[in-house]
Amino acid sequence: MKKMLCLFLVVMMVALLGTGCGGQESTPAEQDSTVKVGFVYVGPVGDGGWTDAHNEGKLYMEEQLQVETVIKENVPEGPECEKVINDMIDQGCNIIFATSFGFMDYAEKAANNHPDVKILHCSGYKSSENMNNYFGRMYESRYLSGIVAGMRTEANKIGYVAAYEIPEVIRGLNAFTLGVRSVNPEAVVKVKWTHTWYDPAKEKEAAKALLAEGVDVIAQHQDTTGPQQAAEESGVWSIGYNTDMSESAPTAYMTSPIWHWGPYYVSQVKAVMDGTWKSEAFLGNLKDGTVDLVPLTENAPEGAQEAVEKAKAEILSGENKIFTGPLKDNTGELRVKEGITMTDEELFGTEFMWLVEGVEGKVE
Amino acid sequence: MTVSFLAAAVVAGTPLLFATLGEIITEKAGNLNLGVEGMMLMGAVSGFYVGVTTNQPLLALAAAFLAGAGGALIFAVLTISLRANQVVSGLALTIFGTGFSGFIGQKLIGQVVPNNLKAFFKPFPFPLLNRIPILGEVLFSQDMFVYLGYAAAIVIGVYLYKTRLGMNLRAVGENPAAADAAGINITLNKYLHVLLGGALCGLGGAYLSLVYVPAWQENVIAGRGWIAVALVIFAAWNPYKAVIGAFLFGGLDIIGFRIQGTGFPVSLYFVDMLPYLATIVILVITSMKKSRENVPPKGLGVSYFREER
Repeated sequence: MKKMLCLFLVVMMVALLGTGCGGQESTPAEQDSTVKVGFVYVGPVGDGGWTDAHNEGKLYMEEQLQVETVIKENVPEGPECEKVINDMIDQGCNIIFATSFGFMDYAEKAANNHPDVKILHCSGYKSSENMNNYFGRMYESRYLSGIVAGMRTEANKIGYVAAYEIPEVIRGLNAFTLGVRSVNPEAVVKVKWTHTWYDPAKEKEAAKALLAEGVDVIAQHQDTTGPQQAAEESGVWSIGYNTDMSESAPTAYMTSPIWHWGPYYVSQVKAVMDGTWKSEAFLGNLKDGTVDLVPLTENAPEGAQEAVEKAKAEILSGENKIFTGPLKDNTGELRVKEGITMTDEELFGTEFMWLVEGVEGKVE
Repeated sequence: MTVSFLAAAVVAGTPLLFATLGEIITEKAGNLNLGVEGMMLMGAVSGFYVGVTTNQPLLALAAAFLAGAGGALIFAVLTISLRANQVVSGLALTIFGTGFSGFIGQKLIGQVVPNNLKAFFKPFPFPLLNRIPILGEVLFSQDMFVYLGYAAAIVIGVYLYKTRLGMNLRAVGENPAAADAAGINITLNKYLHVLLGGALCGLGGAYLSLVYVPAWQENVIAGRGWIAVALVIFAAWNPYKAVIGAFLFGGLDIIGFRIQGTGFPVSLYFVDMLPYLATIVILVITSMKKSRENVPPKGLGVSYFREER
C-alpha cells in the first residue's frame, strides 16, 4: 500500500515537473509533417539572454512556417548533448539547431551517425555534408555599443564583465574597446573574467568590483542581467547584451547588442522543406539584421544616436571594417600593420587571443 | 579595499549560510536531503513572486519560508513516512524545484524588486556593534538578512547543544531506535526538522532573488545549493563552524574579481579551484583527527523502521 502511494507521489512529481516545463512541444493546427525541428539550448529560455534570443528565433520561425518543434533547455556542454540530439532524432526531428559552442564535437558525432538529419551548430567552426556552422558578426554591434559607452563615460573608465577568455568574447571586447576609443581616445576598458556564462549573483559581484575601481559604465558579455543590477544600484550607466534589458535596469540601461535569429532559422528550415538545403557556413551581420543594436534609451548621452548612425552607415558601406590596422595590443606590440584589415580566418580563428590597446586586463 | 572585500564576502556567503544551516538541521535528524538546490529555487521564486505582487517584504519572507518547507514536505513524506531512498528523493526534489521555479518564474522574467522592498532590505548599521573597528564594518553594516543569518546560527547552536529538545534531535539522528525507546517521537521530530531545514534553504534562495540580484532570472541559485551540501561536511555539522565556512566560501567565490587588475601574480584558474581545494584539505584534516565531533550523525541516510529494532 505504502509502496503504491510512494509510486503515485513520484509519478505526480514527475507529472508536475512536466507541466513546470510546459510548452516544450507545440502542435499548431496546420503543420508541415515533413520536418520536425529540434533546438538544443545551453541555458533556460527564461535567461533573458543568449538562450532567450535563440528561442525568440524559434518562435518567429514557428509563426512563419507552422512546423513542429522540440526544445531541450539547460543542456550541459558535454557528452549529454549527444544523448539529447539522439533523443530528438528518435522523436522524429530531422533538423537540429545546437546553439552553443561546446556542443560542437557532439553535434559532429551525431551528424556522422545520422546522415539524413541536418544539424546546424551555432558559434563553432566544424562542418560536414549534413552539418553546418552559423554565427554572426556580433563585433559590429559591439563596436557601436562602444561608441555609446565612450561618449557616456566621465571617469574615462569603463567596466566589462566577461565570461571566458575565448576568441568570441575577446573579439567582442576588442571591438567594443575600438568603438569606445573611436570617440574617446582617453578612455580605458577594464575587464573582469567571471568563468561562468550563467550566475547572476557572481556576475553582479564582478561588476561591483569594477565599480569599486571607479568605472562609470558597465558593459558585459554574459547570459544574465546581473551586471546591469550593479550599475543600477550604483547609479551609473550600463550596456547589456542579447536582449533589451531596459526593464531590469531602467535608470542605468542605455542599449544592448542583440541577436535576431528568426529570419535565418526560417530560411534554413524552408530550404530543408524545399529540398534545397546545403551545408554552408553562415555569418550574419548588421546588414542582414542578424545582429543589431537596441534603440538607445534616454539614458544614452546626447549625440550618441547620431554617432551610432554614422558609424553604422560606414560599416554597412564597408568603409569601416573595424579591425583595420594599425592595431596595437595592450602591451604595446603592433599586431596589425597600417592599412591591413584582419581576415575572417584571423577574426574567427583561435589565434585572436590578444587584447587591443586600451583594455586593462590580461588573457591567461 | 580589504574591508569592502570582506563585507562583500559576508554578503556572498549569506545564501550559503542559510542553506547550510538548513541542511545541518535536516541531517541532524538523520535525513540526507540533497534537494537543497531545489528548495532554494522554490524559496527564491516564491519570495520574489509574493514580493512583487503584494509589495510586502514580510509576506515575501514568509512565502519563501513556506515554499522551502513545502519542498521539504515532499521529501519528508517520501523518506520519513514512506521510507523511500533519501538520495534519490533528494535529487528528485532538486529537479522538481528547478521545474517549479521555472514554471512560476515564466511571467516574472526581467521584473525587478519594487523599491519599498529594496528599501526594507537595505543595509543598515547594527546599533553599537557597528562601532567595533573593522569587524563593525565587515559584519555589522549589512542588511537584515545577514543579521538574521547570524541569529539563526546562534539559535540553532544553542538549541542543538544546550537544550533538551536539541539533545532529543541529536539522539534521533544518531540512534533512532534508542531515541524511540526513550519515548521520543521519531516521526514528529524528523518531520519538524526536515521542514524547518527546508524553510531555511528557502530563505537562502530568497536572499539571492530579493536582495542580492533584485531581479528575476531563471536558475538564480546557479549551483549554490550543492556548495551548501558540501559546506555541511566542511562545518562538521556544527552551526557555528557553518558561519565561518559560508563566509569563507563566499569570499573565495568572489576573490578572483579583486585580484584581477591588481597585478598579483596568481592564475585565475587557481583561484577558481580554491573552494574545492579548501574542502579537500579540511576533509583530510578532520578525518586525521578522528574526533567524534566531526563525524556525520550515525543514522544519517538510513530510514527508520520501528519493527526492525
